[in-house]
Amino acid sequence: MTILRVENVTKRFGGLVAVDDASLSVTPGSITGLIGPNGAGKTTLFTVISGFAAPTTGRVLFEERDITRVEAHERARMGIARTFQIVQPFATLSVVENIAVGAFLRHAARADALEEARRVAAEVGLTPMLDQPAKALTVAGRKRLELARALATGPRLLLLDEVLAGLNPSEIRDMIPVIRAIRARGVTILIVEHVMQAVMSLCDDIYVLAQGKLIAQGPPARIARDPHVVEAYLGHGAAQRLQAKAGQIGEAAHAERA
Amino acid sequence: MSARDLSTGFLPIVLVVALLALVPLFVTSNTILNFLVFTLIIALAAQGWNLLAGYGGQFSFGHAAFFGTGAYAAAILQVNLGVNAYVAFLVGIGLGALVGFVIGYLSFRSGLKGSYFALVTLAFAEVLRILANSAGFTGGAAGILIPLDVSAWNFQFESRGAYYWVALALVAAVLVLNRAIERARFGAQLVAVRENEAAARALGVDALSVKLKAIALSGAITAAAGGLYAQYFLYLDALIAYGPWISIEALLAPIVGGLGTVFGPLVGALALHGLSEASKLFVGEIPGIDLVIFGAVLILVVAFAPDGVMGVIGRVRRRLGGVSAKTSPASAAAPAPAPAPTREETPA
Amino acid sequence: MMFTPDIVLTATINGLMTGAVYALIALGLTLVYGVLHIINFAHGATLTAAMFGVLVLNQALGIDPYLAILVLTPLFFALGYAVQRLVIGPASHGEDVNILLVTLGLAIIIENALLAIFRSDTRSVDTPYGFSVIEVGNLFLSTPRVIAFFGSIAVAVALWLVLARTDTGKAIRAVAKEKTGAALVGIDVRHVYAVTFGLGAACVAIAACLLMPTFYVNPRVGGAFVLVAFTIVVLGGMGSIAGALVGGLFIGVVESLSGLYLGESLGQIGIFLIFILVLLFRPTGLFGAKA
Repeated sequence: MTILRVENVTKRFGGLVAVDDASLSVTPGSITGLIGPNGAGKTTLFTVISGFAAPTTGRVLFEERDITRVEAHERARMGIARTFQIVQPFATLSVVENIAVGAFLRHAARADALEEARRVAAEVGLTPMLDQPAKALTVAGRKRLELARALATGPRLLLLDEVLAGLNPSEIRDMIPVIRAIRARGVTILIVEHVMQAVMSLCDDIYVLAQGKLIAQGPPARIARDPHVVEAYLGHGAAQRLQAKAGQIGEAAHAERA
Repeated sequence: MSARDLSTGFLPIVLVVALLALVPLFVTSNTILNFLVFTLIIALAAQGWNLLAGYGGQFSFGHAAFFGTGAYAAAILQVNLGVNAYVAFLVGIGLGALVGFVIGYLSFRSGLKGSYFALVTLAFAEVLRILANSAGFTGGAAGILIPLDVSAWNFQFESRGAYYWVALALVAAVLVLNRAIERARFGAQLVAVRENEAAARALGVDALSVKLKAIALSGAITAAAGGLYAQYFLYLDALIAYGPWISIEALLAPIVGGLGTVFGPLVGALALHGLSEASKLFVGEIPGIDLVIFGAVLILVVAFAPDGVMGVIGRVRRRLGGVSAKTSPASAAAPAPAPAPTREETPA
Repeated sequence: MMFTPDIVLTATINGLMTGAVYALIALGLTLVYGVLHIINFAHGATLTAAMFGVLVLNQALGIDPYLAILVLTPLFFALGYAVQRLVIGPASHGEDVNILLVTLGLAIIIENALLAIFRSDTRSVDTPYGFSVIEVGNLFLSTPRVIAFFGSIAVAVALWLVLARTDTGKAIRAVAKEKTGAALVGIDVRHVYAVTFGLGAACVAIAACLLMPTFYVNPRVGGAFVLVAFTIVVLGGMGSIAGALVGGLFIGVVESLSGLYLGESLGQIGIFLIFILVLLFRPTGLFGAKA
């Protein structure tokens, strides 16, 4: 059973093949990671999945329904929400109004939408900033706002585009439990991410994209040891470093849960 | 009533309209009433523009297309087809919405934004002007005259005060409509599209449909202003109905008054035309001098007070009274569209 | 409707000659767009102002319109430079829509100041050569319009040379391509913006001098030209000089022929329809210039 399935997606820009015959599937209730070096085509694949670009060939299925030609706003209605890597706040609106735009998707009345927005704001830790203009938020605040707006649309599948990029280590530490809590509520998450430690500790399943092609798939521990990944993505000599780190994070995560 | 309700609720509208409704009881000068009726017609046209540009971020330079359609519909239906004036007026509003929808459908489907949208609306208005100037049923270059036949049944009144109340009632209706939109899902989605279309789409907002609703509504409101103009002055030609003057008036008032605010267009129209009358007192009737002032005011507002008179009032009030509420969707700065011709990347 | 080949040919040649002047006006617009990525709404009003400049120089000082080029070109360059540097740049805070509104404000001011000074009468300049013709085969061509044609082409070539060969030209092209990069290598971007604006105004000043011997002026005349110029710029591809030249000649012919077949007033519609269609379906221009 899968909630999202990408079948043989290829995306060409003129002569450039950004994504080459990529297939992946996301299990309901999981946090699935999509990683890869810069220019690997992660963002392009993400754009195709979220409906902001059409694939040249291939299909995207959501809950076994072909959504390849479904427009972005329709996908949101069906239950797919996305965030943006470069945060896109509605700058002149307040935080709560920003989130309410998302909440209006399932709540027609303003009072209901605002109530839902406040509830979601609490979930991501934005309650103290509710009435601030969005442009006054810090980078970390804006990342949370991205997350909150997407959540407010009531998604079953949440697509996160580098929500941790640009955050400092302590901000990342604060964000990770927020993402876990969203999953615990039953929202499936597909996360495109650069921040390796975070991906390793968050994800149940990871896909690795390099030069447009999927080169590996599996649980974090196996991905970290996969020689293809080490070669293509991390460069020589990085495998040991990563293993060491994965070990540490594993312990840290353990300690946290305990 | 909390402070927030004072700036976002309906009470201020009731107060302002009630106050304005009293004016004809004290002012009997025809010159002043004439000035006020004309200013209210401009304010109404500007309210239409403000809905699309102030809230929706789509800057039209061709709202004459709607104004003229409303005006010509009112005149032609009465003169050529003998339709009742009120019916003609309503049909004009409907046609304004239709013209808005058609222009919007063509331009938004093609992904036109910013300067390109401004140019294409300007061109549509010019095409209509040339057509109206050449066609037979519009009276061509000679224009069209609605025969004077004063009776309430004909939408023609003896006193200017009556016209004033009609104009005020229409302006008031749009004030209420705007406030209601601000508080509704549609308003939130419209502002979201203005602020960031991609983000809005990601949140399930059908940007095309939201923009189409906005331009149709905007066209209807500005067409109502055109219809009222025809009814008041009883004469039209292509340059009056579809000329660039009204496109400029419609955009100046909200920018000066406060873009994307309920009262902006009304405040802006009163301020600009008040200024223009005052200038006549000082320098006499020199043709064009009022527009020189308008142009200068436009530049000064863009440079120094991008949130217009309403923004200045808000800041002063906050400084004086500590009223913390801010008018919610008011834009502090004009929204910036993409610099290059942008076609939306819609999945083909 | 049928016309003799001679009439159609004359109309076509007349269209080409008008088109060259259109191209010159469009050149200023497209140059500013190519570099600053903005639409200068005051372009038409600048043309009107220059045409009144020609008129005043002629009537007050007896200066021939063609000699006026020597006075008005540097004057309008300086004005364009100053307006961009002192008004448009600071007032618009770098926002596209603001620039559009500021230039619209300037257009309103210029047009109506001219209206206040000169009133709405239509005026023209009397020259000894105003009605002289050149005989080519069995066609009679108006001498000043032939001069305007070659003059416009010459200015276009000169402008192209300035952009291609001079240091200033290279700086302009660098800013047009990548302004952040240009600023990093030490190019004064605001200066380049202002120079570009000055060049745009200078083009219009020359166009005014070439137009006045056969045309008339009133405070609203620029409006007629500016939409034509927008059409040409959009048609030729925003920012493309060659596109503006070809687009100008094309539009001149379209206008002349549709005027012939549809009559003066309806003939203008052809241009607007082209404008709308191109914007809707080919916003990068017919000649494929990348915006």
